[in-house]
Parts: sequence; C-alpha cells; structure tokens
Amino acid sequence: MAVSQPGVPAGSSSTPASLPGSGHGRLVRWIDHRLPVISFLEHELTAYPTPVNLNYWWNFGSLAGIILVIMIVTGVVLAMHYTPHASLAFDSVERIMRDVNYGWLLRYVHMNGASMFFLIVYIHMFRGLYYGSYKYPRELLWILGVVILLLMMATAFLGYVLPWGQMSYWAATVITNMFSAVPLVGDSIVTLLWGGFTVGNPTLNRFYSLHYVLPFVIVAVVGLHLVALHQHGSNNPLGIERRGPQDSIPFHPYYTIKDMFGLSVFLIVFAVFVFYLPNFLGHPDNYIPANPMVTPPHIVPEWYFLPFYAILRSVPDKLLGVVLMFGAVLILFLVPWLDTSPVRSARFRPVYRWVSWLLPADAIVLGWVGANPPSGAFVVIGQIATFYYFFHFLILMPLLGKIERPRPLPISIGAAVLAAGPPVPAAAPMERR
Amino acid sequence: MTDLAQSQVRVEHGGGTRRDFLILSAGALGAVGAAISVWPFIDSMNPARDTLALSTTEVDLTPIQVGQRLTVAWRGKPVFIDRRTPDEIKAAQDVDVSSLRDPQKDSDRVKKPEWLVVVGVCTHLGCIPLGQKPGDDRGSFGGWFCPCHGSVYDTSARIRQGPAPTNLPVPPYDFTADTAIKIG
Repeated sequence: MAVSQPGVPAGSSSTPASLPGSGHGRLVRWIDHRLPVISFLEHELTAYPTPVNLNYWWNFGSLAGIILVIMIVTGVVLAMHYTPHASLAFDSVERIMRDVNYGWLLRYVHMNGASMFFLIVYIHMFRGLYYGSYKYPRELLWILGVVILLLMMATAFLGYVLPWGQMSYWAATVITNMFSAVPLVGDSIVTLLWGGFTVGNPTLNRFYSLHYVLPFVIVAVVGLHLVALHQHGSNNPLGIERRGPQDSIPFHPYYTIKDMFGLSVFLIVFAVFVFYLPNFLGHPDNYIPANPMVTPPHIVPEWYFLPFYAILRSVPDKLLGVVLMFGAVLILFLVPWLDTSPVRSARFRPVYRWVSWLLPADAIVLGWVGANPPSGAFVVIGQIATFYYFFHFLILMPLLGKIERPRPLPISIGAAVLAAGPPVPAAAPMERR
Repeated sequence: MTDLAQSQVRVEHGGGTRRDFLILSAGALGAVGAAISVWPFIDSMNPARDTLALSTTEVDLTPIQVGQRLTVAWRGKPVFIDRRTPDEIKAAQDVDVSSLRDPQKDSDRVKKPEWLVVVGVCTHLGCIPLGQKPGDDRGSFGGWFCPCHGSVYDTSARIRQGPAPTNLPVPPYDFTADTAIKIG
C-alpha cells in the first residue's frame, strides 16, 4: 500500500494484539490501531466461536436483524412520500401505491415485512422457550428480547395507524382507550395521548413522529441484546455449555452460510406474500378512509396481536381485561425465574418437551378466537385459552421444574454430536436418540 | 481557615458532613429541576388552544321526528340525539335503578324527557355503538349496541350488558330555544 504516514513513528502502526489474521494491509492496520472496528468485527463476527450443533431454529435471530434493516430502509423511503395529516394521509398512501415509482413495492414490503418480523420473532422466542435459552447466565439477554418485542408492538401499532383508513382509526381509538381503564387519571392520560378529544390530526402527527423514532430505539436495544449474547455465546440444542475448542466453530463461514441459506428460504416466503398475496394479512376496511362517526361492524387487529386481543375480550371487566392483556406480554419478563428446571433444553425434559408445544397451540387458539366476534362458543373458548396461557407460565413452568425427572445430559457437545452423526465411523456404538 | 472548616463540617445531629448535605441537596434540587423541565414536553401533547376552541356545537332540533335519532359532531365525537317515543321514555323510567351497573335515574340524564342527548362513544374502548340508523341492531334493551365488544345500552343510554363500565355520558348542553340546543 502506498499510504505513507510520515508523522507516524516506526512501529506505531504494527498490528495490535487484538487484530487476528496477518493478511491486512497497512491502511487497515493504521485505521484499526486508532479505531478498532475491524478487529471488533473479526472478533465478534468472523472468529466468534459458536456451538458446533446449532440447528435451523437458530436462524431466526439473524433473520430478525435482517428484516429490521429491511423495515428501516423501506420505511425511510416511504416517509419521503407520506403526509402525516388527517386529511391528506390516506391519499398520500394511495399516491405511493399508484404514482410513486415502485411505491407499491416499497409499501407492500413494509406492510408485509411487519408481519414477517413478528412471525420470525415469535419463532425466535419459541426457540428460546423450548431450549431454555433464558436460563443462567442469559436472563438479561432474554429480558432485552422482551423489551424489543414490546418496542416492536408499539412501533407496529403506531405504523398501522398512519394510512388513516377505518381500521387505522379504530385501532388507534380502541388501543388508546385502554388507558382510560387506569383509575382516576385514565381519561387525562387518553386526552394526553390524543392531543384532543378524539383520535385526530394531533394524534396522527405524534404517532408518525414516534413510529419514525422507535425503530432506532429497537436498533439500540438489539445492540445490547447482541452484547449480552456475545458475553456468553449462543445457547444450543443440547442446552449445555461448551467445554472446549472442540465444541465450537467460528461463526464465519459456517453460520454465515447457514444464515444465508435460511435467508434465501425466508425471502421466497416473503416474496410470495409481497407479490402474490400483498393484502392477505391485512384487512380490506383499511382501504376505506377513516370516519370518526362510524365504527366498522367487526374490528380486528393485525394477526400478530390477535391472541392478546382475545385475552382482552375474554374478561367482561374493562380494567381486568386490559391488565391481563398487558400481563400476557409482561409475564415473559419473569420466565427465567418461573422455569425452575436446572436443565435448559426440552430434549432432556420428557414432560416439558411436549408441554412447551401447548403454548403456541394455545396462542393459535387465542388468535382464532380473537379473529371472530365475541359471542357464543368463542367467549368460552377464549376464556379457557386465556386461563391456560397464564396457567402455563404461572403453574406449569414452576411445577414441572420441580417434579419432572430430566434425562441424563451428554458429557459435552462434541461427544453428543459425534455419537449422533452417522458419517463418523469411529464413533462408539451407542443408543441412538 | 482550617478551624473554621472543621467547626462547620459537623452537622448537629447524626454523622453527616457538610459535603453530604451539599451533595444531597444539590442532587435533590437537580432532580426536581429535571422533573419540572419534563412538564413542557408532556403538556405540549395535551389539546392545543385551537383544538380547545372548537368546543361548542349548536343543533336545530325541529327536523327530528318522534322516534328519530340524529348524530351530530361535538369536539370531533358523535353526539346522539334521540327524540324518544312515549314507550321508550316509559321503559327508561320504569327501570329499577339499583339493579343497574352505573345507577342513574332517567330524569337525571335528560333535560326534557322527550330528548335524550348523549355522547355516542362506547365507554368500553371508544367504538361508536349502533342504533342511530333505522336498520341497526339496537340490542336487547332498545337503545344502542356496540359491535366491537358487545356492550348493550338501554333507551336512556345506560349500560345494561357487556364490558363497558359506565353509561354513555351526557354532554353539557342547554336548550337555547324550545327546539334548539347548544352542546358544550
């Protein structure tokens, strides 16, 4: 390299101890000595030791990160064409759809991207629940994840209001009215949220402002999530800690390529929605401009909120319904302490292995109830499913950890992987899983 | 100087030093100042003056027939005006008030029994109940029915069934003439 630094004394640009590899030019070394971003990336991305046995459930973390970037990029561009005013917002979205070059694509990617983001994150969370990824020493990692989920929910709700269709308007009305259940100051809080006496232009303006800023808060919390992750490294399907170098492989190229493959599969699914079913996950009423004088006969939230909506409606008391709905998310913060089992992975927990699947099944039932009008059998089913949701976390999780007899854990990740893998002829004959 | 400092360093009660006191009082003052400076940011989100200024609506009642309902906008919210039939008035007055979730006599909710004026926003989560149009489902008490979460209101717009905690509120209004009201 021809980069000469006359003022730099000889030896000062020598490779810092933290910069692995020797193939770097002088410029890279010069920069890294002053701003160690390159060695940081090599340490945390390339050489980063990762358990050898991660399965495809471990793809969803990086997928969530990628979809977050997709959402921010499409969102920033959409914001260049969107008008946050009650009388102009709906038309500006239609203009994006009809007149702006590729506006339809950007909006459909952003719209369906929100659904994909929740799908990925819900799977990511289930992975954590199944393999006990929230247990010591990863409790804060899990808690930061729940914080991200809460921020995502707020951001998704705020964004759903922006097109100012009927569903936007009434979603905003119903959700903000939940705060009127707060004793004494409830109505003042709601007026404060609205900036008026109903959801109106001031509400739309502040929702737009917050919808723009919250994703960057999410990025910051994702950063903390990664710091916490890299402190102790990934959990793995066996749920036991790595004991030595034979249990790890570098993240690059092994998991970069695996993540790329997962990303390709995901992008196919995403593209099917964007190009062939762009409004499948939405609600047609949101293509009717907001009308503060008429509530649509059947209002429902987006699919990713349906289970929580069902919990809200299953209680005939306003305050209790709101408390349970928020409680359904906040209870996740306590999971590291509600699960009393010392064994992480459900593979070695003969009862929890099956019980863990009841939670997503229950969430699907709740979602189905939430999508239907609150009458007849749906009310009863919703109440049973709501009861189970809390029963699962508050009773089953603590109880199973006490009474369940876990199966013996493998000695090490390496031993278990070699024992399970057929292509290794030298492996000792052992009972197959 | 040293003597002076030492004589002032000890506070009369307890073992706290003058430095402790200064740290605590400066910290407390700073915290209070920071808390107060948050208020303009919060209050800026409350309704602005022009929003507050749009707070009265005048309605001419002459075109409304007996049994007919009219919706008008007040502060951006729908206000239901119902010219009730004698049967509806009787049904509203005959209810045993103590059996209601939000006990209120019909006479406390109207200025003239024929005219019921209420804010048409469900007290559960803010949807607009059905019942203003002739074909609407009015629920089992002949008043209003909220489609969102199933609250049922009677002919005095009092909550009878469903999750809503209170009756539809009566807005402040006055008869400016025999057949005209000013809401707000």
